[in-house]
Amino acid sequence: MMVDVSAIAAAMPYLLEGLWFTVQITLVGVTGGIVFGSLLAVARLSKNPMVSALATAYVNLMRSIPLILVIFWVFFLVPWAIGWLTQSGRPIAVGASLTIFVTFVLFEAAYYAEIVRAGFRSISPGQYSACEALGLSKFHAYIYILFPQAIRNVLPILLTQTIVLFQDTSLVYVISATDLLGAATKVAQRDGRLVEMYLTVGVIYFVLCYAASQFVKQLQGRLAHGAR
Amino acid sequence: MIEISHVSKSYGSFQVLKGCSASIARGEVVVICGPSGSGKSTLIKTVNGLETIDSGEINVGGFRLAPGVTNVAALRRSVGMVFQSFELFPHLTVLSNVTIAQTKVLKRSRAAAEEKARSLLTRVGLSAHITKHPAQLSGGQQQRVAIARALALDPEVMLFDEPTSALDPEMVNEVLDVMTGLARQGMTMICVTHEMGFARNVANRVLFMDGGEIVETAEAAKFFDVPKSDRAKAFLAKILKH
Repeated sequence: MMVDVSAIAAAMPYLLEGLWFTVQITLVGVTGGIVFGSLLAVARLSKNPMVSALATAYVNLMRSIPLILVIFWVFFLVPWAIGWLTQSGRPIAVGASLTIFVTFVLFEAAYYAEIVRAGFRSISPGQYSACEALGLSKFHAYIYILFPQAIRNVLPILLTQTIVLFQDTSLVYVISATDLLGAATKVAQRDGRLVEMYLTVGVIYFVLCYAASQFVKQLQGRLAHGAR
Repeated sequence: MIEISHVSKSYGSFQVLKGCSASIARGEVVVICGPSGSGKSTLIKTVNGLETIDSGEINVGGFRLAPGVTNVAALRRSVGMVFQSFELFPHLTVLSNVTIAQTKVLKRSRAAAEEKARSLLTRVGLSAHITKHPAQLSGGQQQRVAIARALALDPEVMLFDEPTSALDPEMVNEVLDVMTGLARQGMTMICVTHEMGFARNVANRVLFMDGGEIVETAEAAKFFDVPKSDRAKAFLAKILKH
């Protein structure tokens, strides 16, 4: 079988469009996931047993079900839920992109929460005492003192999780969204170019993820040697 | 200035403080000493509410601390604390370490906070290091930054919890010098320390603790020359042996 390079070239603009959506999902997932995940981490460390139990339950639930199931849930159930909440009597379409963004934030937050929580636990208890002794409010202590240190301590793991997230975005094909893999699948089926398309996106995923993981490796070295 | 009355505290079934009472006047320098595990650190941490108390009461410049009192923000603004392991904020520069509480707690302007920080860092002999991070400083330098950080809030009382115990011997004096200077300027100070030279020469009084009790309170010179209790005699015999 021959690989037709011209078919790859012809499909490239469409693949890049798909890649752009993949990048968008990743960016939204990382940003939203870290923000929501950090709140979950703080909640899990809370002295209030209700707050910490709720956050723990959420994290455990999300980490115990496959991402693909969460995508289905949000895609099929949320329209019904919104329809019911607004009493319109019928499901309200949410749209694939919004579904995907919401899903990835909700799902990835559970993973980021555990990483950030490990970051908080790596800070010496004396830092908490120092914040208290200086009269810093809990909010100020977390924002200016504890969170920056927590993130710094787990930065390589956060970035590695983000690479995993980047790859997991390919699951959105189940609701026919056009991410990088979705775009490749559509071209492959339309033009009968399965080999060309899946090889091409394989190379793109590999190059991007390998480059990113090398970057993380370097950063890890710098953090380990650099001043703490 | 500080009135500690009948303060008790337990961790589970272990009673770490047993009815401690002490009174400290404005401008007085008091050293708390005693064998390890005697409750010294716990007692000093009750004074700014870092450790809660089970019974008794503490008054600091009009602020009343008792079991159940949780809003201690006002108290902490007037009490500075220096820790054994410095606890500088490693991700901030020396200057930011000294300004952060000024701008966030006292709502000072950035310019005013930096001016205050610079003058304090000059006072502790570190004006050349303000842009560095804590990890680039020696232990003694870090502890002097920590003193400046606490002083930046203009506290009425300074608490020192074994400020030189984590230092290499050659760095102990630079920290004690700063503390001595502070004492001479009339700061009210409570110091948990094993530096008996500092206790004898700088402190007005010594509180000797053992087994969670304040066993003896005496003028510094008297405590060393003519300790009253047998436990204090035994303690001094051990630490002054060499």
